[in-house]
Amino acid sequence: MKTEAITVNIGPQHPSTHGVFRLRVTFDGEVIQDVEAVFGYLHRGSEKLAEERTYTQVITLTDRLDYVASMTNNQAYVLACENLMDIEVPERGQYLRMIAAELQRIASHFVATGFLLQDLGAMATPLMYGFRERERILDMFEMLCGARITNTYMRIGGVFQDAPEEFWGSLRSFLDGMPGFLDEFDSLLRGNEILLARTKDIGVLEASEAINCSVTGPVLRSTGVAWDLRKVDPYELYPRIKFDIPIGTNGDNYDRFVIRLAEIRQSISIIDQCYEQIEAGPVRSTNELLFYPKTGDAYGKVEAPKGELGFYLVSDGGIAPYRCKIRSPSLINLTMIKDLLIGSKLSDMIVTLGSIDINMGEVDR
Amino acid sequence: MTEVLDHTKLANIVRNGIKGSVCRESTGDLSVELEKLRDVLGFLQKEESLDFKLLNSITAVDYIEFFQLVYHLTSLTHNHCAVIKVDIFDRSNPTAPSVIDIWRGADYQEREIYDLMGIQFKDHPNLKRLLLWEGFDGHPLRKDYLEPPLPYNWPQGG
Amino acid sequence: MSGSFLESNVIFQEIYCVLAGSKYAGESCSAQGLLPVGYDWIGFFIAGFAIMFILANAFMLGAAVFVYSERRLLGKFQLRTGPNRVGPFGLLQPIADILKLLMKEDIVPNGADKPVHTLAPIVMLAPAILVTAVIPFGSGYFLTDLNVGLLYIVAVSGMITIAIFMAGWSCNNRYALFGSMRGVAQLISYELPMVFSMVGILILTGSLSLIDVVNAQDIPFILVQPMAFVIFLIGTSAELNRTPFDIVEAESEIIAGYHTEYSGIKFALFQAAEMGSILVSGAVVATLFLKGWEGPFLPGPIWFLIKVYGFVFLMIWVRATLPRLRVDQVMGFAWKFLLPLSLVNIFVTGASVFILGDMENGVRVLDSVDLLLVGAINLLSLIACLVLAGFFMKTKASGGRSREILVSEFDPAGREVLT
Repeated sequence: MKTEAITVNIGPQHPSTHGVFRLRVTFDGEVIQDVEAVFGYLHRGSEKLAEERTYTQVITLTDRLDYVASMTNNQAYVLACENLMDIEVPERGQYLRMIAAELQRIASHFVATGFLLQDLGAMATPLMYGFRERERILDMFEMLCGARITNTYMRIGGVFQDAPEEFWGSLRSFLDGMPGFLDEFDSLLRGNEILLARTKDIGVLEASEAINCSVTGPVLRSTGVAWDLRKVDPYELYPRIKFDIPIGTNGDNYDRFVIRLAEIRQSISIIDQCYEQIEAGPVRSTNELLFYPKTGDAYGKVEAPKGELGFYLVSDGGIAPYRCKIRSPSLINLTMIKDLLIGSKLSDMIVTLGSIDINMGEVDR
Repeated sequence: MTEVLDHTKLANIVRNGIKGSVCRESTGDLSVELEKLRDVLGFLQKEESLDFKLLNSITAVDYIEFFQLVYHLTSLTHNHCAVIKVDIFDRSNPTAPSVIDIWRGADYQEREIYDLMGIQFKDHPNLKRLLLWEGFDGHPLRKDYLEPPLPYNWPQGG
Repeated sequence: MSGSFLESNVIFQEIYCVLAGSKYAGESCSAQGLLPVGYDWIGFFIAGFAIMFILANAFMLGAAVFVYSERRLLGKFQLRTGPNRVGPFGLLQPIADILKLLMKEDIVPNGADKPVHTLAPIVMLAPAILVTAVIPFGSGYFLTDLNVGLLYIVAVSGMITIAIFMAGWSCNNRYALFGSMRGVAQLISYELPMVFSMVGILILTGSLSLIDVVNAQDIPFILVQPMAFVIFLIGTSAELNRTPFDIVEAESEIIAGYHTEYSGIKFALFQAAEMGSILVSGAVVATLFLKGWEGPFLPGPIWFLIKVYGFVFLMIWVRATLPRLRVDQVMGFAWKFLLPLSLVNIFVTGASVFILGDMENGVRVLDSVDLLLVGAINLLSLIACLVLAGFFMKTKASGGRSREILVSEFDPAGREVLT
């Protein structure tokens, strides 16, 4: 019988490409023969726009990179700026940044796991459970800075303002409620036979290959490499915090899913310790809005929920960065997508893509 | 804490490994000759005491007189990092060797640089535009790029 | 004048009685009907069409209620409110949906096979309505009592496969093609165990008529045939493309499967057929396993509706809970597990009826105690089969639960060991 491979464009409009991402896939029946990723549908030229704005104004651009994790984007950028300008940040400001970043990590991981399960066909139920908790985090962000998604909370030399009184109350109740919620979430999902059958040993990534492909974040840790920038290259006040790095053993979809849940638990413990350690004091060392850094360059990186988010800034002495390069984890984590997908089925492709957790705002910038 | 490798020490190791490759060393980074770039980067990855297995990022900067490629490297085993820079003076047809066979993570980053900065990477297997569409005129991250006047008349979109 | 199967039909009798009068419709009616003498055949037709009209519209209304209850219940399961704007508690939402779909443009894609494209939704809806013809909603509430009722249900609902293939093939869309490929493979696979699971009931009742099946249930067959019930439930949810077998219209993979390219009234027909099929399946389950319309205190049709909506609630609950299986897993489950299980069911039921039944007029008859014994044997063999299958089909997937390791300090040497 004569058969013919068919080429399908998965995306740019598709329910599970997590944005406007397009995969040109060649199928033999249901089995994938070839994959080509096509980007650029959400390209806004953030790097070029940054060259036209002052150092402070660029913070608003970073919100729009990975729009489910704007706090960590802010943090990476202001850290790069502080490296460039040698600005110290008061301790309370650093603690507030850490609390905000870890809350953002929890929110982002809930989005990631929720949409992974949505891709598995679980009809939005786990997604909505995760979103209920994310909603509380966004409410707290609203208390911090008045915005929920595009926060622009952090400033060069600290944060925009001190946290209001009601923030601490809702943070406490959030921290107290979370472990119970996570236990419920775990018990609903981890033992589910269908979930195990769909995710275990699917999309297996080797550690050496992952490192060679510059993969970072939970995807790298799922292969068994304990590489977490909060631990290996601590920024802010992370050396004062005790926490663990969850790593996987197999590098498959299940590990990537489980590690995110484990990281949420670690983040809760980090916020808890920050809550205990934080003391009264200034939150911002400088109220300047215009900076004239000396000529030079600096690289600042943080462990964003999706991997290593880095900003490479070049200064020519003016008020705007001469060059602002964004090292986006989402784009670089996609490097090995072809190897992961070829030979698997259409259904597994969607799940693997969901477990890598990309965000098109960051991929296309 | 990831240790930033002392540039004099790094320069010495590289000088011993690849002769005549280092052209300039400054605080925190190392500039190498364009012709020796591939050799140096391959050496950095292979050398036991350096072991730069992770390529964090590749950046291209347009300094008007020349283009500069910046390679951020990290070693996961020794937990140290280094910055390698290389200058490209040919503005009409800037070309650099591709490092995709050393680090596959360079794939999309080199395509992005080709797309936005217009630097050709020799031996890259699939050097196409990444973010902009085929047929886009110019390379927007260059300092001399000018937005064409409205209405745009680009093929395939605009 | 009236046919034999119509005589026991309550609604038909009522209408015919009023129209034709006592001369034709029986002694209990008023002497003079609404129609003049000699025109009783008009009354016969009107009564017949009225009952069909009632049935078809009740079916569509049932589908609308299903749409509402599904959206509302899914909302509750997912910590949302669900539709609550149109009418009290959002009760008019399905009507608003249907009106919206009626007013939408009917788009036929370029390169589509237009006649097939138009025909597919009709072919899809027809079997769902046709099946209702043989289902008894209460004692005397049915359209017809076919003596091959079970066979008729199986045959007619098999047409859905053709409709899915027509829809997927004619659209000139690759997602639709994927959906129809999966659909045909899946429906054929699950048809077999589903039909085989009915054979046990045939052995017990000795009749294909659904009314006989209900009357034969001294004890609801869910207790006598638990294995068949499990197989039938799984097979039905696969036939209906419900989770965890909804690969045919897997939203996150192939958009909407075979009806990706449909809009407007054609899409509404597909939806109606899908929702209606679930109701019809619920009715079949209620008839075969839950003793049909029978129940204490309440009238028959009410009991029937309660049983049908119990099944519907189960379907919605499963949809809100479980993720989806992969294509090969779905097929493997049908052929490697369900089909052998249904054969075991036939064997176990046949053997126990052969041993326990007493010969009367060449037919083996079982009393209530015998039926309970058959049920116990059936349940035991189901458990034995599940244990055996769990032993032999142990996959890697069912391994340990949490496998992540926590590393507290970064240690390059330790990392090497781990990788």
